[in-house]
Amino acid sequence: MPAPRHKAISVTPILFIEQVLNGLQFGVMLFLMAAGLTLVFGVMGLINLAHGSLYMVGAFAAAAVAGATGSFLLALVAALAAAAAAGTIVELVVIRRLYHRDHLDQVLATFALILIFSEGTRWVFGSFPLYLNIPDYLSGPVTLPGGIEYPLYRLAIIGVGLAVAVGLFWLVSHTRLGIRIRAGESDREMIAALGVDISKLYTVVFALGAALAGLAGALVGAIQSVQVGMGEPVLILAFVVIVIGGIGSIKGALVGALMVGLTDTLGGVLLPALFRLFLDNSAATTTGSALASMLIYILMAVVLIWRPRGLFGVAA
Amino acid sequence: MKLRSLIAAACIGALGTAAAASEDTVKVGMITTLSGGGAGLGIDVRDGFLLAIEQAGRDDIEVVVEDDQRKPDIAVQLADKMIQSEKVDVLTGIIWSNLAMAVVPSATARGKFYLSPNAGPSKLAGQGCHPNYFNVAWQNDNLHEAAGGYANDAGFSNSFILAPNYPAGQDALAGYKRIYDGELAGEVFTKLGQKDYASEIAQIRASDADSVFFFLPGGMGISFLKQYADSGLDLPVVGPAFSFDQGILQAVGEAALGVKNTSQWSKDLDNAANTAFVAAFQAEYGRLPSLYASQGYDTANLLMSAMDAADVGDAEGFRAALKAADFDSVRGDFEFAANNHPVQDIYVREVIKEGDVFTNRIIGTALEDHSNVYVDDCKM
Amino acid sequence: MSREGWINALLLAGVAGVPLWAWAVDEPFTITLATRAAILALAGVGLNIALGLGGLVSLGHAAFFGIGGYAMGILASHAQAYDPIMEAPILIQGTKSMPVIWLVAVAAAALAALVIGALSLRTSGVYFIMITLAFGQMFYFFAISWPAYGGEDGLSIYVRNGFPGLNTLDPIQFFGLCFALLLLALLFSARLAKAPFGLALNAARQVPTRVATVGLSPFRLRLVAFVMSGAITGLAGALFADLNRFVSPTMFSWQTSGEIIVFVILGGVARTCGPVAGAALFVALEHVLGDLSDYWHIYLGLILLAVVLFARGGIVGTLAGRGRAHD
Repeated sequence: MPAPRHKAISVTPILFIEQVLNGLQFGVMLFLMAAGLTLVFGVMGLINLAHGSLYMVGAFAAAAVAGATGSFLLALVAALAAAAAAGTIVELVVIRRLYHRDHLDQVLATFALILIFSEGTRWVFGSFPLYLNIPDYLSGPVTLPGGIEYPLYRLAIIGVGLAVAVGLFWLVSHTRLGIRIRAGESDREMIAALGVDISKLYTVVFALGAALAGLAGALVGAIQSVQVGMGEPVLILAFVVIVIGGIGSIKGALVGALMVGLTDTLGGVLLPALFRLFLDNSAATTTGSALASMLIYILMAVVLIWRPRGLFGVAA
Repeated sequence: MKLRSLIAAACIGALGTAAAASEDTVKVGMITTLSGGGAGLGIDVRDGFLLAIEQAGRDDIEVVVEDDQRKPDIAVQLADKMIQSEKVDVLTGIIWSNLAMAVVPSATARGKFYLSPNAGPSKLAGQGCHPNYFNVAWQNDNLHEAAGGYANDAGFSNSFILAPNYPAGQDALAGYKRIYDGELAGEVFTKLGQKDYASEIAQIRASDADSVFFFLPGGMGISFLKQYADSGLDLPVVGPAFSFDQGILQAVGEAALGVKNTSQWSKDLDNAANTAFVAAFQAEYGRLPSLYASQGYDTANLLMSAMDAADVGDAEGFRAALKAADFDSVRGDFEFAANNHPVQDIYVREVIKEGDVFTNRIIGTALEDHSNVYVDDCKM
Repeated sequence: MSREGWINALLLAGVAGVPLWAWAVDEPFTITLATRAAILALAGVGLNIALGLGGLVSLGHAAFFGIGGYAMGILASHAQAYDPIMEAPILIQGTKSMPVIWLVAVAAAALAALVIGALSLRTSGVYFIMITLAFGQMFYFFAISWPAYGGEDGLSIYVRNGFPGLNTLDPIQFFGLCFALLLLALLFSARLAKAPFGLALNAARQVPTRVATVGLSPFRLRLVAFVMSGAITGLAGALFADLNRFVSPTMFSWQTSGEIIVFVILGGVARTCGPVAGAALFVALEHVLGDLSDYWHIYLGLILLAVVLFARGGIVGTLAGRGRAHD
């Protein structure tokens, strides 16, 4: 049998632009996750490992409602509502007891919450992945200027993500809630002294972060798989994002999310192509893929070594 | 729960008549994945296995089931427990190759029998083969090789192939290339656990491929198929059955319709054993059986056929009885190659919709009486 | 003897007594469980030096645990196949001797801890937690995608490695070996806490500026602590691999790092025998709850949550009352 010949994939300009769009879409998704995480840390000083579970709750709620009603919009609403509700309950029952604890206790308690959420979801929905798909009006590709065919749904995700980013910036800089959030970030005692009901503020911020995670879960669930444990890989990436951006900074979360999204997507394509210049094809593919999977962690380590508090982090 | 009570009865029976039973009762330790993301596969293997025993109405088998959580170190610990404390005669149940690699060599070295209902890593088929290790499912490469065979029959000449960057993924691409005669438009290793394939799909679009072969088990495959269907690409896709199984097909939905996949079993295989199995499984559990359930069912039937022919205490005789594979497999003809891996037909299936349910039907045979390439490396 | 001293003595007597009882009544699996607890406790003792004494919350100790495991896996698999690891410039052979494997595991883990520590200790607080996590993930993905040593499949060793004068295949003898190493590590960490180095490290955690004014570098103190911590966890990794006769990238996963932290917190941060109590309870829970239900993770989660919320200071802390509490 003749050995099949390999043809290396060359990186054309069109392919490159498509990958940049993919990186943007991935980054925007990560931003939805990271925004909640960074807000909760900035305002309450809490590390929440269970943020990925709220992402999962959103996806499962969306799949359940989409299955029952057939409406994708209702599914998104359900995802927001379910994640916000789960977030509120968790905050009231568990999280608020952790604000004055050190990070260590927070890590352990929220690690325990992951176990409860994951197995609880499996108990309710069973062990098989659920079905959630893109609605007809958003499915299929569109042709962009330059002849690039790109899935409409991914463009919609980029749009939703950017809209949420704008909304969040507006919320933080122009509303009463935003003023309280900023005050909470800079001086926790002061805000209580000003007569703001701080525990209510905390619940609201936590529920907001949860809702964003739930939205991300539902949006992504439609093109990926809705299954138990889907939240943890994203959670780790979201942490990478907020650490690169500087914890507590929404601007940092946006920049960090886009950096991670682009690095991961482009690295996966460009690194094997780069290694092909001086290695044979299969060795280049293996080495390139291995390095590509480590790339964002290398990026994070480099950023932290260069700027120990992230790109937009405030000094201690 | 009928099965619960069956196990309980088996346990009580074994305890009550310990002295008498120890002669002819076979104790089976099943280590499988019952919690976490991969639980669906383990549950199906377990349910298929127990169903076969229940149907046979036997009380001379005692089954101890434990959850390995898909963690190799837990699986090793459970194997120790089953061998040291439970004193089982036969081990089975493991779903994942890496867990099998952790458990099987030391279990067989300690004189236990291991019947694999799912994983078939190449190391255990070649140099690491063992007379006490029997694989009732497939050698890992088999379904990929069959996909290569199908590609030849379908006239594909420029395939784009992708799999996760881990040993089973590398074996998958190697297996496809072993049989496939055409050229490659591209070969990509993705990250294990990756859920976004936009970048790979863009590469497929940019290549001049005429077909796509992929091996992406579990959630990875669901994600790939949904995104592929949405991308507007309409190149034919082929892959092993793992991404088109009864358990996950409902989660893929319309995106999988018409896709070809290779499998040694399908629920519409026309033989008496299979018809009875599919009906009984649906009656007992209220869902369609999966590939994994069929493998669990065959494993139990193989075991019972060997018990009829020899005593488990007589290792030599029991080994020969297993090797004879004198049972009615739900996949039709079944025999063991020299390295105790199956020789069997592998079919091409197409995803269809029956009423509201997505399922598969057979449209042809990819490879007949297919064995594996590691037979010659196995010295035993 | 202080109250904590009595608790420690009882605890160690329990960890040693259970397997002895199991040996007497011929329940070898209970010995295996106790060995697992002792090894995980050793990993926790390592982490406790960084976490308890130095205040360094590392979510990347799986890196050292895995390095220790792979040191064993690589050396033993080469020895098993009679295939030298390296022929040029010098010949390096694999080995099946535990003491040699331990030395290599400790040295490799210490070296990794030196590099990771030197880079990570430039940050602090949450950033430190996350950068250690990032380094752990790097090792994890590297181990998964590097085919030479099995990738995700891992490496299997057919026979447990040897120790001069002992039959390591006998569960109780292997347990004795692990328990002895655990005792040594406990002794070391108890001494360390009272030694000038430990006091300075503790001071560097609480008031770094004062330590700096007496001419000590907090960075250097922490780095040394981090290296010692990584080395001990690496040793535990080598033993863990030998217990299972198997290594895989799972040892590098962030869940492993999380579990080692769980042992320390469950038992009591900065308590000498905290990790022993934590690991023993964890192994027992895993074993008992697993039989209760398929969904036993829920119960495990609830118990962990209850410990954090209501039993501050962990098991040893709660039993011993206020002592050298954390912060």
